Amino acid sequence: MSSVQVAGRHTSARAREALFAYLLLLPALAVFAVFVFYPFAENFKLALYENPPFPGLPSHYVGLHQVSHVLTSTAFSQSLVSTIFFVLMVVPIGLFAGLALAVAAHRRLRGIAVYRLIFSSSIVSSIAVAAVIFGTLMDPVVGLLPWLGINPHPALLENPTWALPAIAVISIWQFLGLSFIIMSAGLQSVPDEILEAAAIDGASAWTRFWRVTVPLLSPTLFFALVVGSIFAFQSFGAIDILIGPQNAAFEHVNVLIYYIYQALQVQSDPGLAAVLSIVLFLITLTLTAAQLRFLERRVTYAR
Amino acid sequence: MPADAIAAAGVMVAEAPLPRGELTAVGERRRRRVRKVASYVLLTAASVVVLFPIYISIVNSLEPATSLAHQPPPFFPLHPVWHTYSSAWGPGNLSIYLRNSVIQTGIIVAGQLVTSVLAGYAFAFLNFPLKRVLFLVFLSTLMIPFEVTFITNLTTITRLHWFNTFQGLTVPFLATGFGTFLLRQAFLQIPRDLQEAATLDGYGHWRFMTRVAVPLARPALAALGVFSFLGAWNQYLWPLVATGQNNHVVTVQIGLKLLAGNLIAANVNEVFAGAVIALAPLAILLIVFQKQLVRSLTAGAVK
Repeated sequence: MSSVQVAGRHTSARAREALFAYLLLLPALAVFAVFVFYPFAENFKLALYENPPFPGLPSHYVGLHQVSHVLTSTAFSQSLVSTIFFVLMVVPIGLFAGLALAVAAHRRLRGIAVYRLIFSSSIVSSIAVAAVIFGTLMDPVVGLLPWLGINPHPALLENPTWALPAIAVISIWQFLGLSFIIMSAGLQSVPDEILEAAAIDGASAWTRFWRVTVPLLSPTLFFALVVGSIFAFQSFGAIDILIGPQNAAFEHVNVLIYYIYQALQVQSDPGLAAVLSIVLFLITLTLTAAQLRFLERRVTYAR
Repeated sequence: MPADAIAAAGVMVAEAPLPRGELTAVGERRRRRVRKVASYVLLTAASVVVLFPIYISIVNSLEPATSLAHQPPPFFPLHPVWHTYSSAWGPGNLSIYLRNSVIQTGIIVAGQLVTSVLAGYAFAFLNFPLKRVLFLVFLSTLMIPFEVTFITNLTTITRLHWFNTFQGLTVPFLATGFGTFLLRQAFLQIPRDLQEAATLDGYGHWRFMTRVAVPLARPALAALGVFSFLGAWNQYLWPLVATGQNNHVVTVQIGLKLLAGNLIAANVNEVFAGAVIALAPLAILLIVFQKQLVRSLTAGAVK
């Protein structure tokens, strides 16, 4: 066999392997191309075209005018403020409650598996289930609030001041299971020897928690923070189910993702929706990028 | 876990200067028992708070509507009635919604498993030009939330005449960057020798993938399956905009919204029954697959 022949066969084997690889990637790439990258790119085009006030007429190119118009509007700043306020309610409370439950369940006791299952349970509740349950419990007639002596006027979910915190309560409960699961996994990765050494050195349980566990848990806390923020930024279902555009409190709960939905479905304004969705993308990107950089740094330190 | 042991060790250290006679040992044992009881009380109290919304839904779903409008609200199903479930199931259309959700979720889970296995195998076992770039392309899909792409996706499925169909509901989700990544990692754990041995035995890549690699990656497949199931079952935004609330494709989440939409005091117990029905499949999933679920959810948390 001459070397040319071997080389030829080698190349064709390589080519065949590459071809096979592309075939394996094709189904996923096709879905990504049509339903991820194309619509993603399309947003930037849509943002440059303004829709006429009456549906049916063609949209026309306005350049960055629409972008600046949306970003400087009161509706946008109000929506952004509501979103940030919402995230600031859901994430810290959700993280803290998840951590507290994880610490409570982090011990060797008979039946602890049952408690762990219960603490993770809200992970299975969809936002629709959570919204329907809490919405009914918050109802001024059939709910629990009158019994608790809480009777705001207008009713909780129509109250400009209280509607958003009420929605936040639902999201916190729904996030609790995930937060608990992440925190528990993190706690399990804290080496026992270090805690034992600290205990032998005379550190109290309180000191051990804050000086040993929390610092060692910081990657987990950060991961949970990012996941929680993305979760909170994308909260939408509860508002859709419990508070519609007709609601008096609507302006105050119009978080970014709901604003996008509303721009598209109610106002039939894809241009506006596209600008808003680019903002949402940039926020998500910042969060994910921060997480990736953090992970990278941790890997470097670990070596 | 030794939180208890550590605490006990702390106690022992603190008491070290004392003469360690019979009496201290008894005291210590008692103290340990008190600590144990306190742990159970704390854990049970936390469980009650976490489970309360689900518990009260079950209670309310079993109450005659008349007793729900009364104060104080019932906390135990004293006079359980079961017709709420049959009317949510039949006239409330829950059976249809549930069937639709099973179809929609089944297609998405199966599709994601297949595309992730194929692409994950290519990235783990094959060499081809642009491998790194293509891997980054897959990972970049994780940065683009669906809330950003749904605007144009809605136009796309309308153009394809997929509005109000299961294709429209599922095809955009048939590939996942996260799943590909998860399976690639699992495939990379498989020893190279095994593949060499298989090649000597005359196994091609396809046979090696289906007969060896996939069975060995079962834990990762289970983790991805449970994760996809949870995500697909609980989807809200896309089924809301892509179905136009046509009964033949409405998923259980949107069905719940429709059920709650006609919320009047007379059928509030039915709404609760609907919420319980919607929750049940996932509750079973959590109990059976808790481990896999935790593994997939913490895939990014603990290195």
